[in-house]
Amino acid sequence: MNLHEYQAKELFRAVGMAVNPGEVARDPAAVQALTEQYGGSAVVKAQVHSGGRGKAGGVRLARSPEEAGGHARAILGMTIGGLTVREVLVSPIEDIATEAYVGVLVDRESQCPVFMVSAEGGVDIEDVAAANPEAIHRLRIDPRYGLLPHQAYRLATRLYDDPDLARQGARVISQLYAAFVDNGASMAEINPLISTTGGRVKAIDAKVSIDDNELFRRPAAAALRDPFSESPADRQAREAGLSFVKLDGNVGCCVNGAGLAMATMDLVKYYGGEPANFLDIGGSSNPDKVVAALDIITADPGVKVILFNIFGGITRCDDVANGIVEAVGRISIEVPLVIRLTGTNEAPAREILDGAGLAAVTSMDEVVERAVRLAG
Amino acid sequence: MSIFVDGNSRVVVQGITGRDGSFHTRQMMAYGTRVVAGVTPGKGGRDFKGPDGRVVPVFDTVAEAVSETAADCSVVYVPPAFAAGAIMEAADAGVGFIVCVTEGIPVLDMTRAHALARDRGSRVLGPNCPGIICPDKTTLGIIPGRIVARGPVGLISRSGTLTYEAVHHLTRAGLGQTTCVGIGGDPLVGTNFVDCLAAFAEDPETEAVVLIGEIGGTAEQEAARWVSANLDIPVVGFIAGRTAPPGTRMGHAGAIISGSSGTAAEKTQALEDNGIKVAKRPVEISALVGESLGC
Repeated sequence: MNLHEYQAKELFRAVGMAVNPGEVARDPAAVQALTEQYGGSAVVKAQVHSGGRGKAGGVRLARSPEEAGGHARAILGMTIGGLTVREVLVSPIEDIATEAYVGVLVDRESQCPVFMVSAEGGVDIEDVAAANPEAIHRLRIDPRYGLLPHQAYRLATRLYDDPDLARQGARVISQLYAAFVDNGASMAEINPLISTTGGRVKAIDAKVSIDDNELFRRPAAAALRDPFSESPADRQAREAGLSFVKLDGNVGCCVNGAGLAMATMDLVKYYGGEPANFLDIGGSSNPDKVVAALDIITADPGVKVILFNIFGGITRCDDVANGIVEAVGRISIEVPLVIRLTGTNEAPAREILDGAGLAAVTSMDEVVERAVRLAG
Repeated sequence: MSIFVDGNSRVVVQGITGRDGSFHTRQMMAYGTRVVAGVTPGKGGRDFKGPDGRVVPVFDTVAEAVSETAADCSVVYVPPAFAAGAIMEAADAGVGFIVCVTEGIPVLDMTRAHALARDRGSRVLGPNCPGIICPDKTTLGIIPGRIVARGPVGLISRSGTLTYEAVHHLTRAGLGQTTCVGIGGDPLVGTNFVDCLAAFAEDPETEAVVLIGEIGGTAEQEAARWVSANLDIPVVGFIAGRTAPPGTRMGHAGAIISGSSGTAAEKTQALEDNGIKVAKRPVEISALVGESLGC
C-alpha cells in the first residue's frame, strides 16, 4: 500500500527526522493562506499515488500567495496517472545547496533490507542507475541486527564530505531505517535529501510503501489508506479477500489461484480475446467469495462473458458450484457464463450445476476458446 | 528417486490442531506420509486423530517433538502472524527441511526467518507454497495426491493450481513424476529454482524437468543460465503473466513487474536463449516433455 508524501513525512517526523514543514490543503484559499503564513512563497505539490508528478505539472513554485492560489486551482482536479488530484501539500521554499538520494527496500536476491544512497539526488534514481551506476552505493543490512551506527555513518560519508553534514546525514539514514521497520514498510525513500545553504540536512520529499501483509497488525498504517485511491470494485474485492485487477478487455475471469489466473488471462489472449480482469478467489471453499466475485465482474459494463476456471485442490468444486448457483439466483447476470471445473468433488459440482441448468467442461482450452467466441 | 524428502521422511506438523492443519494432516497421512508428531503450543500431551484410527502425539514445542519422535521435516500451517516464528522454532530445533504453506507472512518477518534458517543449515520451502509431493512415497503440504503419478519428470513451480494443471496433463499423457515442488509465490522464498534444479541434477531417475515460472523478479533468468551451464537433461518451461500490466501485484506478492524488469517476455527470452523450450499454453507442456524424452 503506497502512502502519500504528506503521510510518509508524518511517519518520518514521528521518528524525529528533520523534514521540511508543510500542510495539506484541499482548496485554493487554504493554499493561499498557508503561503502567506510561510512568508509569501511556497511550493505546491499534488498528493496522488503516481510517479512523474513534476513532469505532469503537479509540482509548482509560487512567489506570492496569489500565485500559489492560482497553482492550487490548476493542480486540484488535475488527472495524473489516471488519478484525480484532491489534495496538495504546501511547503515553504528551501535554499538548496545539494540534493541526495536515500532509500531502503527489501531486496529479493539477498533477502535482506538493502540501502541505496547517491549524491546524485533530485532525479529519478532509475535514471541514475542506468546512466551512472557507480554513483549509487548499496549496503545490505542484516535484519536481525538492523542498521548499525557505523553503517549509517559510512553511507552518509558517500553523500557528504563535510563532517557536520555527514553526521546529520547519518542521523537521517538511521531514522529512515527506524521508520521503515516500525511501520512494516517494503520501501522507504527520500528524494531529495537536501542540504541547505545554511548547512542543514533535511528531507523535502518522502515515499513509503507499506507491506500489505503487515496491515492486519498495524491499524495505524491501515488507516492511512486513501479511499479515493482505489475504485469501488477494488475496495469490494479487498474487503471480500479477493485478489482483483481491472483490465480493459471483455472476458471476465474468475479463477482459483494466482498462477492459474494469470495463465487463464494469457490463454484468453492466445485465442484472440482480451481479459477484463485478473481475479483469484483464493484457496478457500467459501461460496460467499464466489458471489462477491460475480458481483464485481458483472458490475463492469465491458464484460461480455464470464469465464470460470477452477482446478479443485483445497478449493472444492462443489462449493464453487454452490456459489455460482447462489449468485445467479441473487444477482441478475445478463451475459453468458462458461464454466470449467475439475479436481476435488468434481462430480457433485456437475450435479449442482446441472440442476440449475448450467453446464461445465473439464478442459481449460475448451472453456477459454468458447468464452472468447461468445465475447465476439 | 525423489528430491529433498522421501518415504522415510519423519514429519512434524506445526499447527496440527488448526482447521487447515488438521485437514491436510489427515490428507497427508492417507497418502502415506509418515507424520510422527504435531505441535500446537498449549495443546501438548493430546493425541491427534488421523485416518484409519491412527493417532499422532501433539507437543507444545518443536524441540520436544524432535527429541521424542526424531522428526526431520516439518510442515507449517500456522497463521501469518506466527508463521515466521514457527519456521524459526523448527530451524532452532534442528529440523532440516521446513515446508511453509502459510500465505501472507510480513516480508520483514521472513527476512529474519530466512537468515536464521540459513545459519542453522535448514532448508525452507516457501512460504506461500503448495509443498512437495513424491508420487507413491510422501507428500508435505497441500498438493492433491490423486493428480500425480510416479515417473521420470521433475517439476518446479512458483504457483499452486497452475502446478496442478500442468501435473494433471503430464499424468494423463503417461508422464509421471519423480518429485513435484511448489517453491511459493512470495518475493522471498527459501528454496529457489536453482536449488531444485541442482537436486534434480543429482537424481538418476529424473530424466526431464518442467519449470513453471511467472512474472516478477529474476529467478527464472537465473535458472535458465544455470541449466545451460550445468544440466544435461531436457528442461521445458512455462511463464504465466504475459498479459499482466506492469506495476500491479497479480495475487502472489512476488508476481509484480517492476519498471520494465520481471516481464514474461524477458523470462521467456532468457529460457529460450539457454536452450529451454517454452510452452505457450499449459496443455503444451506435456507434449514438449514427451518430445524431449522421445516418447
